Amino acid sequence: MDLTEKDLLPMYRWMVLGRLFEEKTLELLKLGKLVGFHHPNVGQEAVDVGTCYELRRDDTIMPTHRGKLKYLMKGVPMKIMWAGMYGRRNGSGKGIGPASHSGDNAIGLLAGTGLIGSGIPISTGAALAMKLQKKDSVALHFFGDGASNRGDFHEALNMAGVLRLPIVYVCDNNCYAMTVAAECAMAIKDIAVRAAGYGFPGLVVDGNDVLAVYEATQEAIARARRGEGPTLIECKTYRFLGHSIGDPQEYRTAEEVESWKEKDPVQRFEGYLKKKGLLDDRRVKEVYGSLAEEIEQAVQFAESSPMPAFEDALASVYAA
Amino acid sequence: MREMTFGEAINEALKEEMARDGRVYIIGEDVRVGYGGGAFGVTKGLLAQFGPERVIDTPISESAIAGTSVGAALWGMRPVAEIMFADFMALAMDHIANSAAKMRFAYAGEATVPVVFRMATGAGVGAALHHSQSTEAWITNVPGLKVVMPSTPADAKGLLKSSIRDDNPVVFLEHKLLYSRLKGPVPEGEYLVPLGKADVKREGEDLTIIATGAMIQQALAAAEILSQEGVKVEVLDPRTLVPLDRETIVNSVKKTGKVVIVHEAPTIGGFGGEIAAVIADEAFYSLDAPIKRVGAPFTPVPAHPLLEQAYLPNAEKIVKAAKEILS
Repeated sequence: MDLTEKDLLPMYRWMVLGRLFEEKTLELLKLGKLVGFHHPNVGQEAVDVGTCYELRRDDTIMPTHRGKLKYLMKGVPMKIMWAGMYGRRNGSGKGIGPASHSGDNAIGLLAGTGLIGSGIPISTGAALAMKLQKKDSVALHFFGDGASNRGDFHEALNMAGVLRLPIVYVCDNNCYAMTVAAECAMAIKDIAVRAAGYGFPGLVVDGNDVLAVYEATQEAIARARRGEGPTLIECKTYRFLGHSIGDPQEYRTAEEVESWKEKDPVQRFEGYLKKKGLLDDRRVKEVYGSLAEEIEQAVQFAESSPMPAFEDALASVYAA
Repeated sequence: MREMTFGEAINEALKEEMARDGRVYIIGEDVRVGYGGGAFGVTKGLLAQFGPERVIDTPISESAIAGTSVGAALWGMRPVAEIMFADFMALAMDHIANSAAKMRFAYAGEATVPVVFRMATGAGVGAALHHSQSTEAWITNVPGLKVVMPSTPADAKGLLKSSIRDDNPVVFLEHKLLYSRLKGPVPEGEYLVPLGKADVKREGEDLTIIATGAMIQQALAAAEILSQEGVKVEVLDPRTLVPLDRETIVNSVKKTGKVVIVHEAPTIGGFGGEIAAVIADEAFYSLDAPIKRVGAPFTPVPAHPLLEQAYLPNAEKIVKAAKEILS
């Protein structure tokens, strides 16, 4: 799908939502309102928006543990996501599975697993199903630089190459796997080069440039829909905050973090849109204001949602 | 009734279920051609009948075989994933124990994962330490999985058909010694054995032997030996370990008051301990002797056939254990 000017503002809105959602998450975590662990996504919004903008309902995604923006873009209502993060009975995961690995097949959201990299074969299997069902839908699989060192990365990408499966592997390389720098974990600069070993294209994209990510993803999706097989897209990006809450971040310098903040994907897209005359300060204020209001209402919904029930957990192990 | 080998019965079940349901496909190493269809001839003729799309040869990638099967099951298919040897389950374990078993839970009960992981288990063919293990106890402690161990050709057919139709992940353990060596009557066409239902393979009043997989043959041989001494032995096959048919087990022990539990895996930490605990919980006051267990020693399976035979539980060892509680 080609972008027109009328797509750019919705994309911007998603980027801002990603940022505000994270800020609210951190605020609520400090208040002890949320259950489970949280891995901040601030700084990586362009990858989410560039890949997930206008996916088809029958396309699948499997997000990573980092951030919730992909879930929202795929169609999880914000109030359901917040209720899930509160661990409530009507939220994503219902307090049984964590919201960060929740799934909803009706909207093409595959639940992930808590094991880094283990989702790669699972998404690949969804792509195999699409192929066997002779559908032209596509699986998008998200993972980080760390996951690309797992054996599952090799096994799944090799198999997807052999079977020419309709899948796009999106690596958000944010430079660190928890506290270990990518250069300490692999002897190559670009993860994208690994695709050559599996017989399909791998490309490097500026992961803080939402339009570049969008363009690369759409091209890969089109290839997959045509039956031409997988693509690996490496998005170079950076997380502004720690791996998870409480990360002392002793593995990187404040200067390094600041240098990446100068490449802030939200600011950058905002500047681009202003330059094109599509956005001004008044409009920016409106976007931030209305999204903050939406978030507030969704959080209120979560606050007033029912607590989870143990009998639901017991009933969620086996299908009848 | 016509007779078939254990392997032929499994083959028939696969063919019938693939013909019945277009969502069923088989994926694994060497399943298209192999040694007459897989390493044991079990997938024979599937390629000719169903074509390469539904009979998928893979790279040597057990984790991807299992993991893609979980993904395809989530997305509307009903894969039968063949792991060539149960020992290789270790390579697929993450997707069996963490992905398949827990996926429904992650979806808070709103997804099904209809996948069968078939694998050749057990010793007795000289395949040594990495191709001979009985691995059922590795997975019977994982909620979300069903674990099936057939002992006869008819059960193999009926249980596999039920496993493929089940909406839960099933680990289906086929004893490799039985594939071509055990022949028996197998009903034609639609024949389903429900999961979670034990079967009495021989009736008796004096002693219960509970056995699984290839050990059923040893248990029946032991029962025959004991019958010559006037002891009426009941031989009971749980057939599925998860879910376990506690009721049939408990009722048999309540009747006989004596029980020997037999499996090929090492006794220590083996599933026999769980069965013994069920009996102790629910039939303790019916017991008139200690519960006996017969399993392998706590060592890997040795290579030389003489050592392998020394390692394996057999009729003689079962008779010896029985006599300890009969006297």
